[in-house]
Amino acid sequence: MIETFLNPEIIAAAWPIVLAGLLNTILLSLIVVPLGLFGGLILAVLATVHHPLVRWPLMAWVDFFRAFPPLVLLVLLFAGLPFAGLELSGFACVAIAFFLNTGAYYGEIFRAGIESVPTGQVEAGRSTGLSRLQAMTYIVLPQAVRNVLPDLLSNTLEVVKLTSLGSVVAVPELLFQARQAQSLTYSPTPIVVAAIIYFLLLWPLVRLLSRLENRALVGRR
Amino acid sequence: MSTWDRFVETFFNGKVMLKYLPDILSGMVVTIELAVLIVLSGLFAGLVLALLRSLAIRPLNWLIVFLVDLFRSLPPLVIIVLIYFGLPAADISPSGFVSTWLSLALVLMAFSEEIFWAGITSVPRGQWEAARSTGLSFGQTLMSVVLPQALRLTIPPLTNRTIAITKGTALGTVVAVTEILGQASSAVSNSYNPSPLMMGAAAYIVLFLPVVVAARWIESKFAWKR
Amino acid sequence: MNAIVEARGIHKHFGHLHVLKGVDLAVAERELVFVIGPSGSGKSTLLRCLNRLEEPSSGTVVVDGIDMLDPKTDINHARQRIGMVFQSFNLYPHMTALGNVTLALRKVAGKSRAEAEALGHAALARVGLADRAGHTPGQLSGGQQQRVAIARAIALEPRVMLFDEPTSALDPELVGSVLEVMRGLRESGMTMIVVSHEMGFARNAADRVVFMDQGLIVEQGPPSAIFEAPAQERTRAFIGQIQRH
Repeated sequence: MIETFLNPEIIAAAWPIVLAGLLNTILLSLIVVPLGLFGGLILAVLATVHHPLVRWPLMAWVDFFRAFPPLVLLVLLFAGLPFAGLELSGFACVAIAFFLNTGAYYGEIFRAGIESVPTGQVEAGRSTGLSRLQAMTYIVLPQAVRNVLPDLLSNTLEVVKLTSLGSVVAVPELLFQARQAQSLTYSPTPIVVAAIIYFLLLWPLVRLLSRLENRALVGRR
Repeated sequence: MSTWDRFVETFFNGKVMLKYLPDILSGMVVTIELAVLIVLSGLFAGLVLALLRSLAIRPLNWLIVFLVDLFRSLPPLVIIVLIYFGLPAADISPSGFVSTWLSLALVLMAFSEEIFWAGITSVPRGQWEAARSTGLSFGQTLMSVVLPQALRLTIPPLTNRTIAITKGTALGTVVAVTEILGQASSAVSNSYNPSPLMMGAAAYIVLFLPVVVAARWIESKFAWKR
Repeated sequence: MNAIVEARGIHKHFGHLHVLKGVDLAVAERELVFVIGPSGSGKSTLLRCLNRLEEPSSGTVVVDGIDMLDPKTDINHARQRIGMVFQSFNLYPHMTALGNVTLALRKVAGKSRAEAEALGHAALARVGLADRAGHTPGQLSGGQQQRVAIARAIALEPRVMLFDEPTSALDPELVGSVLEVMRGLRESGMTMIVVSHEMGFARNAADRVVFMDQGLIVEQGPPSAIFEAPAQERTRAFIGQIQRH
């Protein structure tokens, strides 16, 4: 069993390929997460404009990108755009697709966070002369973020996992590299190794989230 | 031909779309089959795990928590690839369909267990005490008093999470499942035209947008006064 | 006395906290025992040890001949003989008043739905809420909710009723309706152990008042003795404090 799934020789041989993939995954995450956060923040701040002409298109946009599978979006950009004469690299497609998709998710989270801050806070700020933007930046957002931190972390976890989709459009992240190594060595070992790496990489965040979200069945038996 | 006409000819080519419409439709059927299987098995398994967890048997709890952590940490695509490309080395060769179903069901199991558990533990202690004080057993209390209340709390996060995971059915393309994206992609390569992809996108919207809207409605229904 | 409730040598530790330091309590049939004392004295904990909602760290509890702490005892069966009413009512919000009352009748006492509903209606009538059987807790006032909670407990025909601060969470004007039901229960001969601050009720209805402080019973006796002429200094101090209101 070990021979097949965790073959030491193959691990040694595939290691450089897999490591390169890991680095790319981390790099990709470091780019995509801030992009998504930024997009989400913009959407959420826009949502505070209560004008129906702004509200409805915004809600439609968010619902659309939450309903639309990210992989389909990715393929649409990667395989579809060339027909319009636009050839984007797999990496660029991932960046755009994620900006649109995860931006919508982060947007909803930020919006819930902003709504959880009592309006009295803004009123107090405005009454001391702060502009809308200043009140948003210094009073509302810090509290909003604190309120929805677990959800933000949870979604960030999802985004990092989503980078594995890059393997479908030949972005050399961890999963892609692992599959390359697998076809080169005719062994499932590289994929197992990649899975273990993903687990080690993401498990601390999962544990942290669990801690934040969880309780024991105290006194309830 | 103007740019617009050329754009429509390319991306919304009527002839191509008509030719591949049956394929997309059969793809939709596969997507729906997968989604239903995933939702039913994933939620069931998650609920069972949460109920087992309420028994407070330590070693069992560690196992449950480990499983849940595992399937929350691994990207679904990695699990699919592991099952489809990895298991054959152990002489088990699941089809692409089964690999996708299994993988996403396991992920849904993990996430839904956490959500069910949060629901169960947030039912006030007093409910347990009152029920137990009238002689109801642990199991009866769980079933008749706690779970009904817990389930109401779990509906909003559960619908969100379920939708997110079932969108993963598109990942089946990677292992040759003939769901929407798979069909659309083959059609695009065969016809050298991206219209099937636009149809596929439309198919996903047709399937999932109503679900998202229905989810919003369900969430509002279950906001109940304490 | 023929004790229907006999608790001996009850100790309870919560971690490092020694909440009950060796309490003996015997309650006779048809007796109404009122337990008073400052917060933290352990009175609620003692009550909850009687139906084993709290596990005593040591000691024995025998109710109606059943050893409550024996692992071989069917605790669910035993608990049917003891009714409990809680400070925060703890009604099941997803069921009607009738549903709340009949749940245990159906599941534990094994009554058919028709039987259970008949008994349920009777219990609700006893607490004056026959016309509210179909209401959910959210549609009832605090006093009504507590009365439904009492109906839920008495429907099982317990031998003893335990009341853990039954009126403390109620608005003052609603307290009377609950006390009245409790008075009715007393008159029908129910054995009752009540932890409460309702001194007026204690004076009029209690057979015995037990004063607890810091995990021990300091003094007990008829209401006239405890309220008018307490023997212990601590009792005197406590009574003095509450009289001032």
